[in-house]
Amino acid sequence: MYDMKALYEAKSVPHAIRLLQEHPEAKILAGGSDVLVQMREGKLAGCELVSIYGLDALRGVTMEEDETLRIGSLTSFSHVAQDPLIRKHLPVLGQAADQVGSPQIRNIGTIGGNTCNGVTSADTASTLFALDAVIELTGPEGVRHLPIQQFYLKAGVVDLRPGELQTGILIPKASYHRCFGEYIKYAMRNALDIATLGCSVNAVLTEDRTAYERIRIAFGVAGPVPLRAVSAEALGRGGPVCEETVEAVAQGVLEDINPRDSWRASKGFRLHLAQELTRRALRKSTKEAGGVL
Amino acid sequence: MGIQYKQIKCTVNGTVRETMVDVRASLTDLLRNDFRLTGVKKGCEVGECGACNVLIDGECFNSCIYLAVWADGKSIRTVEGLQGPEGELSDLQQAFVEEGAVQCGFCTPGVLMSAAEVLERGKEYTREELRRELSGHLCRCTGYEKILNAVEKTMKNRLGKGSEQ
Repeated sequence: MYDMKALYEAKSVPHAIRLLQEHPEAKILAGGSDVLVQMREGKLAGCELVSIYGLDALRGVTMEEDETLRIGSLTSFSHVAQDPLIRKHLPVLGQAADQVGSPQIRNIGTIGGNTCNGVTSADTASTLFALDAVIELTGPEGVRHLPIQQFYLKAGVVDLRPGELQTGILIPKASYHRCFGEYIKYAMRNALDIATLGCSVNAVLTEDRTAYERIRIAFGVAGPVPLRAVSAEALGRGGPVCEETVEAVAQGVLEDINPRDSWRASKGFRLHLAQELTRRALRKSTKEAGGVL
Repeated sequence: MGIQYKQIKCTVNGTVRETMVDVRASLTDLLRNDFRLTGVKKGCEVGECGACNVLIDGECFNSCIYLAVWADGKSIRTVEGLQGPEGELSDLQQAFVEEGAVQCGFCTPGVLMSAAEVLERGKEYTREELRRELSGHLCRCTGYEKILNAVEKTMKNRLGKGSEQ
């Protein structure tokens, strides 16, 4: 038995909002691979929970009229990875979702939960940062949209207001059109592990594929929340497709990141990883985009 | 607030079951305590070891981190559902016996359900792909090689590519 004070099961999004307003102390329960585990470990023992797991309307990936990709927040990692729209337009996000935990965790864990927990190591979060994802939040005042970078306030804390829940993650067309990416997770084991460092890169090449029109780089575990390597991105913008550009960008990420020493890895190792993973992910993205290094 | 209960109806190994569950119960609690399906093991209880793995609507889930109330309307399969009507072992279970893939046996029911789901897809996987498909299970006897041998053998036999064909 879980040590929970009470469970409220939402039947719809408006019902979920009402339950959250009626029970302001309650935690939102999506797939539960964080919340139920923390309840078992004692951190969330005695909490009230509002379960939104039954809200099937928040599952699945759709293409909106303006060609924005909309991912329902309760879509499981495995369904993100297998989704035909994701495979066609955003394989890098499917790749990231497919690195989470284990097959069973990928079936229960949700992409919305992966961002709402505010954790820096979340495998899909760095890729969503690199894609300039927009977070859709629905609450008592209606719907609001936030760039993912603004959604993260600090380690473990996101901008979810009272009565609000995350209902979708939007990827604008400009983020995937002509864009090729690669996510690399560095961990101690191939499964059931948390990233020592995660690096997501995507690139758009010029029409003749000889220069970088745009590079985007994001990291997990390189700071208290996922972050973008903006100065390294600027170094690559407009640069010729060649090893020198890759190297300059890889070294440039050191200006942007601030990893820490932890029991998993030292700061020095993480700085080294950040450069090396950037190199590898940028090379792969370039090749996927048809560039020759 | 007093203890909360909810009436749920689900299909377990092909049989429709209706029961009242305590909302605090995990699906492991429901299957073991209410339905006496003790093939579902309690291992880590935090979703890591895979001992409590069952199929819910055809996908693998660690039932220890799945609320029993969520099972309402779902179809659940446990290791007890793999055997034939007279208690005969399935080909997969028989392969585990033959290959010595069962040591202490605690991880076995969970592994069997993951393997059952993977093999029912009817695809051929490489050894490396099978390792990845079964990566949500920890065997503390560390008998992974024999588990993989048994799953690979069953896969090949089912696809008509086995040595016994």
